[in-house]
Amino acid sequence: MRSQPGGGTPPPPNRKLFLTTAAYHRPSRWTPFWFLAPALAITAAVVVVPAAQTIWLSLQDYLLYEPDAATFVGLGNFRAILRDEVFWISLGHSAVWIIGVVGLQFLLGLVAALLLNQSFWWRGAARALVVVPWALPSVIIGLMWTWMYDFNVGVLNDMLVRIGIIDAPIAWLARPDLALAAIMAALIWQGFPFFAITILAGLQTIPSELYEAAEIDGANRRQMLWHITLPSIADVIATALLLRTIWVANSLDVILVMTGGGPGYATHTLPLYAFVRAYNSMEFGYAAALALVLTLLLLTVVWLYVRRASRDLDR
Amino acid sequence: MKDRRSATRRFFEVELPVLAILVFALAPYAWMVLTSIKPQAELSLWPVRYLPENATLDHYRELISRTTFAGNLLNSLIIATGAAALGLGVSIPAAYAFSRFRFRARRMLMTGFLVINMFPIVLLIIPLFILMKNLGLLDTFLGVILGHSTFAIPFAIWMLTSYFNAIPKDLDEAAMIDGASRQEAIRLIVLPLVMPGVVTAGIYIFITSWNEYLFAMMLSGQAVRTVTVALQLFIGEFTIQWGLLTAGGTLIALPVTILFLLVQRRLVSGLTAGAVKS
Repeated sequence: MRSQPGGGTPPPPNRKLFLTTAAYHRPSRWTPFWFLAPALAITAAVVVVPAAQTIWLSLQDYLLYEPDAATFVGLGNFRAILRDEVFWISLGHSAVWIIGVVGLQFLLGLVAALLLNQSFWWRGAARALVVVPWALPSVIIGLMWTWMYDFNVGVLNDMLVRIGIIDAPIAWLARPDLALAAIMAALIWQGFPFFAITILAGLQTIPSELYEAAEIDGANRRQMLWHITLPSIADVIATALLLRTIWVANSLDVILVMTGGGPGYATHTLPLYAFVRAYNSMEFGYAAALALVLTLLLLTVVWLYVRRASRDLDR
Repeated sequence: MKDRRSATRRFFEVELPVLAILVFALAPYAWMVLTSIKPQAELSLWPVRYLPENATLDHYRELISRTTFAGNLLNSLIIATGAAALGLGVSIPAAYAFSRFRFRARRMLMTGFLVINMFPIVLLIIPLFILMKNLGLLDTFLGVILGHSTFAIPFAIWMLTSYFNAIPKDLDEAAMIDGASRQEAIRLIVLPLVMPGVVTAGIYIFITSWNEYLFAMMLSGQAVRTVTVALQLFIGEFTIQWGLLTAGGTLIALPVTILFLLVQRRLVSGLTAGAVKS
């Protein structure tokens, strides 16, 4: 199908002669889509269709080992979710998980960024090294921390006993009251560098004149932090918080590696519960419904983030 | 802002806290590496002995000779390279289109690519498993690579679009006015300039694919099992052989750490571009 660039005016008869190369290259309406076609095709196949299929699956009683016996149950799975005690437990844990992990990652990241923005001679090395945890695979993070938390010969118990904070080793990951917090510590460790470098990038855009003017006006360091630094990076912080909330809310692999959701349901979060129902019990219909509930709950955050991230799109 | 603090004060107020943060950030890593070079006998001591008395590479030797780990490393290398190649192959033209053309669906499509990057993995992993099973792609390299493209493509498109946007449009437009075809303008002008961005995006996809666990676990079996999945299985299999496990962990973590440190500066500016307006 050919498009008609230039609207209604008919081309001059000897158009070809006067056609400049620029006009010759004027893209047809379909040109961008030729460039986009491969990406769109693959994305449709591996993201859009599967996501739509999840909606369809969520309306069925679908067990992986007998797909032909799948029956349409309408909103039955969702009604079952509301009555499912484990769902509510997981939802509660998810709330604690998100607030605790994102909150502490942010605070630690903010402190690290403010420090790394000062000048000292080994600043470059410090900035590079602080990011290392963020580059590591979640399986390795799970492995490292499980090993440090080890009951018998774990280094954490060893150090706490040496210092005298605890008298006897603690089975961090086996105690229902501690397991979730223990995994959260691992995730906070992994994710704080993201906040540190994002906020640091924001700090570097603050013009130094602002501080010089404030200094002339007699402001002290704390006042500068509250009245110049923090307001200047509020935007960066908001975007980073939204992005991390989505990421942390969806992340389940570190939990999966460290405890698999146990002991009992002590470390079940919503995505982990959905995954367990799909992988261990093969109840794909119910798991799809759980995944969908998670997506719907996150939609507001995603919407807020996407609105921020795409505001410069029409430049 | 001029720092009028004395060197001593700066040491206590800045350098010491930074050092503490770095120790916190690196200690678990260091502990993993240290564990991997301690002989088995030293690993079961209580109280814990921090530094190895007789450092050894036995765990590495055993890991390579007794387990499938070497093969898993190769699988991961193939999958991560494939994911980077596929991701870049389709994302470069897409990012070019988003950067150089203004068309009606542009905003909607770009937002769409951003939104799908936020989808919970559990939302996709269930139907993807069924899809790959029906296509006969379970436990194949292509299957896992396609699984990884769910995050690689949207990410690469956004990152590369900002790199393309940083190259003035006038450059390639001038070339086209001078008689170059669009293909020539892309090949001779735009691509060479955007190359650093392409390399960064490629390395980033490589790292995320290498690190990825859930898709790899669902979509691979014995034939193409990646290192992360293999290590997780070892955790169940060799429960108390921490020397072996930490040796595996070190072998997985080291290459990505080095890659990451190499491209870190550009990567960080690419990743934070969305959050920080300059």
